[in-house]
Amino acid sequence: MAGLEIISDQGYRIDGRRSSELRKVCARMGVFTQADGSAYIEQGNTKALATVYGPHEVRKGRGKIQHDRAVVNCQFSMATFSTGERKSRPKGDRRSQEMSMHLRQTFEAVIVTELFPRSQIDIYVQILQADGGNYCACVNAATLAVIDAGIPMKDYVCACTAGFIQDSPLLDISYVEESAGAPFLTVAMMPKSEQIVLLEMNSRLHADNMEKVLDLATQGCKDVFAVLDRHVRDHVSESHALMTAS
Amino acid sequence: MKEVPMSTCEREFILKAIRDRKRIDGRQTYDYRRLKVSFGMERGCCIVDLGDTKVLAQVSGKIEEPKKNRPTEGSIIINLELSPMASPAFEPGRPTESGIEMNRILERNIRDSRAVDTESLCIVAGEKVWSIRADVHVLNDEGNIMDAASIAAITALSHFRRPDVSVMGEEVTVHSPEDRDPVPLSVHHMPVCVTFAFFDQGEFLLVDPNRSEERVMDGRMVVGMNMHREICTLMMSGGMLLVKEQVLRCSQIATVKVAEIIELIQRALDKDAQARQAGEKCGFAESVPTNKITTNRKEATAIDTTAAAQQASQVIQEAGPVDKPMSNMLVQAPGTVQIGEGLVNTWDVDDEDMESEEKEGREKSVTNGREAVATSKPTERKRPVKAGEGTVSHAEGSDSEEEETVMLFQGDDETKSTEEPDSTALMQPSNSDKPAKKKGKKKKAAQK
Repeated sequence: MAGLEIISDQGYRIDGRRSSELRKVCARMGVFTQADGSAYIEQGNTKALATVYGPHEVRKGRGKIQHDRAVVNCQFSMATFSTGERKSRPKGDRRSQEMSMHLRQTFEAVIVTELFPRSQIDIYVQILQADGGNYCACVNAATLAVIDAGIPMKDYVCACTAGFIQDSPLLDISYVEESAGAPFLTVAMMPKSEQIVLLEMNSRLHADNMEKVLDLATQGCKDVFAVLDRHVRDHVSESHALMTAS
Repeated sequence: MKEVPMSTCEREFILKAIRDRKRIDGRQTYDYRRLKVSFGMERGCCIVDLGDTKVLAQVSGKIEEPKKNRPTEGSIIINLELSPMASPAFEPGRPTESGIEMNRILERNIRDSRAVDTESLCIVAGEKVWSIRADVHVLNDEGNIMDAASIAAITALSHFRRPDVSVMGEEVTVHSPEDRDPVPLSVHHMPVCVTFAFFDQGEFLLVDPNRSEERVMDGRMVVGMNMHREICTLMMSGGMLLVKEQVLRCSQIATVKVAEIIELIQRALDKDAQARQAGEKCGFAESVPTNKITTNRKEATAIDTTAAAQQASQVIQEAGPVDKPMSNMLVQAPGTVQIGEGLVNTWDVDDEDMESEEKEGREKSVTNGREAVATSKPTERKRPVKAGEGTVSHAEGSDSEEEETVMLFQGDDETKSTEEPDSTALMQPSNSDKPAKKKGKKKKAAQK
């Protein structure tokens, strides 16, 4: 990977983006009929699908019941065909378990769980194609799905990565940039209040550069929010038009 | 076993203390508990004590085939074991969610930050590489396992020596430690985790939360950092929300803490290296008799004694010079010791005061005759000593007890008086107008 040039002299990245540019975000809400809420998102070549069931009564494990709030249950999986090499285990390995846990923590903090005591909300997320920023795609897809299910949240929760390569911060890094071994930061935040819900960092980053990267990631989350919000509004006005037409 | 939930009252107490900027164990907000790093007999074995939290790390290495996509790199495996021994909340068998999270943080902190050079672990590209495994066992959970585990893991990796290997053509020889000195792993930097606990939705922050603080906290943030102020891992999770400033503040605090911790680790490593070189005893077996690693010992608690010391020095200043200590034992014969008789009473302090008062009184308002008596006293005092007459008592009304002592005395008159000149002399002033009661306490001798 050493010979690979992540940023060209002209300041373009491998896929032709500028350093503070997001990949193209495409989203659709309400892709399944059985689920209470569902969404599909594409962030560049990363594709994720999310479904939400609930709030419903707590199924397996009555011991999990919380008398004052809802239990959030998350499951992350990666399709066997999502990566370059076929994945033998779509879920249940350490990385997926960790991802499931992070998703759960994120949505526990954002969903107003106090409104649904003694109940459970299930969020299932699957990565169909992995090209960097899996966690972000999952969070964004799950946000849309939760909105689609009509479950109240404090705010949208948007996630974005930011890396620091060749002394410059890069937004929304792809798989190639990720595997170059440079540090990158994953942030999930509520864009309006700029409150960080989850923060994760890999590799080595000097503390002085932290602020720059964090600022860029914050900006990225806000950009993602703008896109998601537009999709939600489009979706709602579309379904409203359909309902009034009939 | 499910953990017993914390009572609301205890929870409120801890939270209230934190709001008053106090911690239940008396530490300051940014204080770590006592950190101790000790090593085992074998290379690559390290025990870390963080307060009462105890974590053991053991590093081992074996030769195996490399991964296909990385033929020239060895592997580092870090395994965190939360055994039920450490806390009843840990179940045997499958690792729990929090266990996996901590293990991942450890892996990211040490492996993904490339703290240990993996390319130097290659023996034959694509065929044989070293696989280094660090097993981190939590022995006792008193809060903040994360920091203790990260310290233990990186220290054990730095302490570990792998056997030297040489390649001759196709043949790979692993040399025994006697044959060739084992080689250390090349550790580029030492990343250490610092855990921050947040309370009241991120309003209050504590470093190194102990067990009860951990149970009360809203969420935590783990910052893994090395000496060069490089953040190696950052993990914030739990049901709390933070703003950017808090994250940056944490990274600043972590900088200071990490520098302290790494210095301590370095010192421990150096000390151990010296001990090993000098051929001194080291390791667990050595630590047990000296109570270094057993828990049956109580750490000395630091207490603020400045106020007490001040008071003490004041008392000393006011007290003035202390009387010369005098021998207050008298060996009569082998096996018998006399105390009391013929010695001055050091208990009855106001006795002397009274005497001096009396003296003053006398000196002020007495007749010439009396004064004469007073002046003559010194000579009188010395007299028995010089003359070797033995002690002379002017006591009136001696009781039976006194009589007995008298009997004892008579045989040894000479020695006694020479041995105890001071006491006899000092005792003299009490002779004149003392109340009988007081004199009774004092020593008497036989009337000649």
